[in-house]
Amino acid sequence: MKQSLFSIVSNTPLTDNVYKMILSGDTSAITAPGQFVNIQLSGKFLRRPISVCDYDGETLTIIYKVVGKGTEQMAAMAPGETLDILTGLGNGYALAPAGDRPVLLGGGVGVPPLYHLAKRLLALGKEVTVVLGFNTASEIFYEQEFQALGCKTFVTTVDGSYGKKGFVTDALPEKYTYFYTCGPEPMLKAVYRATNTSGQMSFEQRMGCGFGACMGCSCKTLTGSKRICKEGPVMRKEEILWEA
Amino acid sequence: MGSLSVNLCGIELDNPVIPASGTFGYGYEYAELYDINELGTFSFKGTTKDPRFGNSTPRIAECTSGMINAVGLQNPGVEKVISEELPKLKSCFYKPVMANVSGFSVDDYAYTCRLLDEQEQVGWLEVNVSCPNVHGGGMSFGTQPEAAAAVTRAVKAVTTKPVIIKLSPNVTDIVSIAKACEDAGADGISLINTMLGMRIDLRTRKPVIANKMGGFSGPAIFPVALRMVYQVANAVQIPVVGMGGVSSAEDVIEMMLAGATAVEVGAANLVNPYICRDIIRDLPRVMEKYRISALKDIIGGAN
Ligand SMILES: Cc1cc2nc3c(=O)[nH]c(=O)nc-3n(C[C@H](O)[C@H](O)[C@H](O)COP(=O)(O)OP(=O)(O)OC[C@H]3O[C@@H](n4cnc5c(N)ncnc54)[C@H](O)[C@@H]3O)c2cc1C
Ligand SMILES: Cc1cc2nc3c(=O)[nH]c(=O)nc-3n(C[C@H](O)[C@H](O)[C@H](O)COP(=O)(O)O)c2cc1C
Ligand code: FES
Repeated sequence: MKQSLFSIVSNTPLTDNVYKMILSGDTSAITAPGQFVNIQLSGKFLRRPISVCDYDGETLTIIYKVVGKGTEQMAAMAPGETLDILTGLGNGYALAPAGDRPVLLGGGVGVPPLYHLAKRLLALGKEVTVVLGFNTASEIFYEQEFQALGCKTFVTTVDGSYGKKGFVTDALPEKYTYFYTCGPEPMLKAVYRATNTSGQMSFEQRMGCGFGACMGCSCKTLTGSKRICKEGPVMRKEEILWEA
Repeated sequence: MGSLSVNLCGIELDNPVIPASGTFGYGYEYAELYDINELGTFSFKGTTKDPRFGNSTPRIAECTSGMINAVGLQNPGVEKVISEELPKLKSCFYKPVMANVSGFSVDDYAYTCRLLDEQEQVGWLEVNVSCPNVHGGGMSFGTQPEAAAAVTRAVKAVTTKPVIIKLSPNVTDIVSIAKACEDAGADGISLINTMLGMRIDLRTRKPVIANKMGGFSGPAIFPVALRMVYQVANAVQIPVVGMGGVSSAEDVIEMMLAGATAVEVGAANLVNPYICRDIIRDLPRVMEKYRISALKDIIGGAN
């Protein structure tokens, strides 16, 4: 983990309420796709956890949806402004078990962490299929970006206004060797049931610190209690214990 | 440079800054970031007789200048703390540590404190009496002078180390509870624990926290904490450890002027993991500004 100042390079809307922010700063603490950063916003007491969508030596890309006061404030920020960010948080996705043909399933703002993951899997020579799920056509983002990487990309919408009508699970390819997913919990549950291979799923929880100190984000798993911010946010399918 | 050292119940601290229980784990998340030996000491996560998972999530809610937590004392239980956490801590912290203890019966407290008393690394026992008493209808020990005194006596009977009783602010008369603990043999008092609070999510129209209510802390509670520290420090002869909303060197000095011998920092660590180190490094500058040559000289200075 590292605390440092990032400066905003660009902050542009992708849809009505989803923004892409590119930041420049010290990314050296980020070690795996699926990790997250924790962003301090002026006037807000707690930091805001957001997944790493993409990163390289100097830049960090995040994609966030405006849902409340904090993300609203982020949407109003301009290039050149700075943000105090904790980077390198959480475990991230493990690439090793992917097999030759992994499938990546993302729902809404669960899509962003799959982007750098896809890059890394492609770099390892994998044939990557991506299924992006949204509610409706106007909410879709990053379809072309995944295609441009060279992923076989499918989109589903709940209302059928674009792509296949239904949920990401309705567009699962016939054959895949492993799955990676991130999205709202009902989607994760559906993916858990619909998949016939092992895989990894990324979870969300309200956080106090984001770095393992407060026990605010704990969850029970089949292998004991885990902190979503530290031993997570990514869990292996085999260890997940659904509560209620 | 002015002198930062203070003496807390017979143990010398290099400086009065102590990360508060529940916001610093067992130390090593922060040891990855800086040398935690710069701290006066720290109070480790509230430890109980048996392992506890704690409450359901969400356990955290944001507030204006603060937060609510309902972690519910998640900890691996005293045996594991001794066999796993303390040995790990030894590799990054060589000072005496403050052992924070919770319990749900007088016997629980005595059991946990007796085991921790035997640990060479433990300097002080900080006994959190904000927990519900399962034999007392679930009322917190810290809300009744007799119950707080009973815990104090039981703990004092099993330890030779200084016993600091940590009080809840959710009471009508904090002074009577502090005095009851002093009379029962407490070596120090620390306060305040979190204040009972609540948030409701407008989107779901339901409480944010699964447990509905939780403990409110952070900068917003500083004036309340300061007032209680002042009242208690004026009423007891034993040292007082002040906390609640502290997030700057100025706040530390203000707490000490109110009567605190040492000062704990809680929620602020979660937002800025370097805050305690930064406060310690900033203290000399602020002391110079207010012409303070030794911090120990200003304890209770506002009385
Ligand atoms: C590991 C992780 C990764 C995430 N990645 C992304 C991402 O890539 N893109 C994205 O748009 N969102 C992501 N989120 C959700 C994002 O953190 C929340 O949408 C954001 O904190 C809302 O802040 P706000 O001030 O706008 O909302 P408010 O409702 O005003 O926030 C109030 C408080 O609740 C917390 N909170 C609200 N919603 C959530 C939530 N869903 N999860 C956790 N805390 C929440 C806030 O952090 C804040 O402390 C992620 C969450 C986690 C835990
Ligand atoms: C996430 C969290 C967990 C806490 N856990 C404990 C605990 O286990 N035992 C305890 O005595 N106090 C606990 N506290 C209370 C703090 O130690 C402190 O008394 C309180 O938060 C006030 O200080 P602050 O305003 O600086 O946070 C906790 C506080 C927070 C924020
Ligand atoms: S948010 Fe503090 S431990 Fe996970």
